Amino acid sequence: MGPRRGPRFVRRVVDRFAHSEQEGGDVWEAIQLARHQDRPYPLDYIARLMPDFEEIHGDRLEGDDAAIVAGVGRYHGRPVAVIGQQKGRDAQDRAFRNFGMPNPEGYRKGMRLMELAAKMEIPLVTLIDTPGAFPGAGAEERGQGGAIARSMLMMLRLPAPTVAVVIGEGSSGGALALGVADRVVMLENSTYSVISPEGAAAILWRDAGKAKLAAQAFKPTAANCYRWGIADAVVPEPDGGAHTDHDGAARLLDGYLSRTLRELGALPVPERRRLRRERFRRLGAHRELPPDSAALMAQGADRAD
Amino acid sequence: MSRRPISVSIDRLRGRRPVPSPAKLPGDDRECPRCKSRFRADEMRRNQFVCAACDHHFPIGARDRLDFMADGGDWTEIGGELRATDPLRFVDLQPYPDRIRSAEAKGNTEAIVCAELRLAGQACVAAIMDFGFLGGSMGSVVGERFAKAADHAVARGIPFVTVTSSGGARMQEGVLALMQMAKTIVSLDELADAGLPFVCVLAHPTTGGVWASFASLGDVTYAEPGALIAFSGPRVIEQTTREKLPEDFGLAEQQLVHGHVDAVVDRRELPARIGRLLAILQQPPKAQPQSLATQLAQNGTDRAASMARALPQLSKKLMDRVMGEQPRRPGDRW
Repeated sequence: MGPRRGPRFVRRVVDRFAHSEQEGGDVWEAIQLARHQDRPYPLDYIARLMPDFEEIHGDRLEGDDAAIVAGVGRYHGRPVAVIGQQKGRDAQDRAFRNFGMPNPEGYRKGMRLMELAAKMEIPLVTLIDTPGAFPGAGAEERGQGGAIARSMLMMLRLPAPTVAVVIGEGSSGGALALGVADRVVMLENSTYSVISPEGAAAILWRDAGKAKLAAQAFKPTAANCYRWGIADAVVPEPDGGAHTDHDGAARLLDGYLSRTLRELGALPVPERRRLRRERFRRLGAHRELPPDSAALMAQGADRAD
Repeated sequence: MSRRPISVSIDRLRGRRPVPSPAKLPGDDRECPRCKSRFRADEMRRNQFVCAACDHHFPIGARDRLDFMADGGDWTEIGGELRATDPLRFVDLQPYPDRIRSAEAKGNTEAIVCAELRLAGQACVAAIMDFGFLGGSMGSVVGERFAKAADHAVARGIPFVTVTSSGGARMQEGVLALMQMAKTIVSLDELADAGLPFVCVLAHPTTGGVWASFASLGDVTYAEPGALIAFSGPRVIEQTTREKLPEDFGLAEQQLVHGHVDAVVDRRELPARIGRLLAILQQPPKAQPQSLATQLAQNGTDRAASMARALPQLSKKLMDRVMGEQPRRPGDRW
């Protein structure tokens, strides 16, 4: 087990990022690391954490989506459901996995597994690593938006403990579809953002070449997400990054995951669901105008807490 | 009145709610992009910003829409005190606070306006999005106003209606904007627990994170004619997949064919249509409170009824145990 777990380590990671950000450029480095082609993908973690794993296939409606893997495995002597976004490593595999961009069938396959997890009160672990849900005409017609929304709602309602781990790049609603959990954690070199830097550059700067600039503006690093309350913890990676040592990365994740599932398991179901709702209800940054404003009273907005 | 250091535009809030008048509309004449008919501003307004010749639906502000939809144009705003901040100190081509300032100058305070109102006689809470405010994008304030409005609907026990018009999550708030998708889902779950209907109207355009969250989870979903409804917009799809899309891709009429909306409804008919639906869904009025014994007897549990007669002070909790746990919803009778 990694010797460097716990809050002290988290603070160290945060400090390191805080320092490096002033120098600039390292946000981009984090994005490159999060996308490194040798980085462990869900099946790499599953092989190391769960010797017995049964993968399910297909959404029983349209087909099977290889960009999402889902199944049940034995984890520390208990059943655990796992859903993850899987990228490919070589050119052929990458095309087969659709570069980790799920279609609606993938999310529906995940929901099939959530139904099992709900029925048997099995904990759910999701492993997030996607540039976003697939933007295709077919995906739209088969209900991409609704699949993502329903996946979030179903995760929110699960009775057993749920942990979402951002293991690589978490971009857009395609990532959040698997991210509505009791605990959301990020690996040290992972990123979580509303859109990929390239997408943002094309939209906001009207120039896809400005991705680096966009990355600096979004600051999607694990440390920042931890500060904003998006991530509950940052899980360390082996020195040099997860891509250098898959076994080490899996061990460090195992340390966090097993402890967290145990902690969450101690709560009664209604309490767990209430806390899960509250966790997401809180997120955001807004301000309230002073309630003594006469104009606001006239608007009937005097109910400000 | 106290002033906050980061005031985006408190000044214009000191006045009354801006009453939209024809003179304030951007430009006086409007030309229909479809049939090229031209209308004066007052004609546009009289027809709820729908082309009188070809029924093309023009974009419409949230406050105008509320004025048109609510019975007697009468509505009470919820969460109007909430304003945006700049958590990322975000700068793209211009700083985020500047963008908010110029959006506010056009007459609204955020990309959503929530209110309690009556629709064709039915009391409900409505959350109306405004594409004119930063493309209707969903940031923290949109999420919080939506949540407050849903809380209000739950507290009052009345249905929740939303009209969406949004490009998706607000880029300038980064991952915090993304999280608003999950936040709206939490509100829907609370409405579901309270047994309240959630009616969705999709106006042009409903795309990205809004379509991939609450907008696609309506119990009943209407769409305005010609509204673009998509997770990824046609341009993004064409760029990514190099496929050429048909002209009507993702439009409301197509979404009806593919089974993602229940009906395409003209803007001018929406209040009556939603009002009728809410009337259909209304639970029968609550029965007069009866004595405990009568209630129990009606449930056919004689033993429990005799117990209740013997124990007039029987607590509700004890009664639950006698009767077995039964989920209760508003309007359900014993």
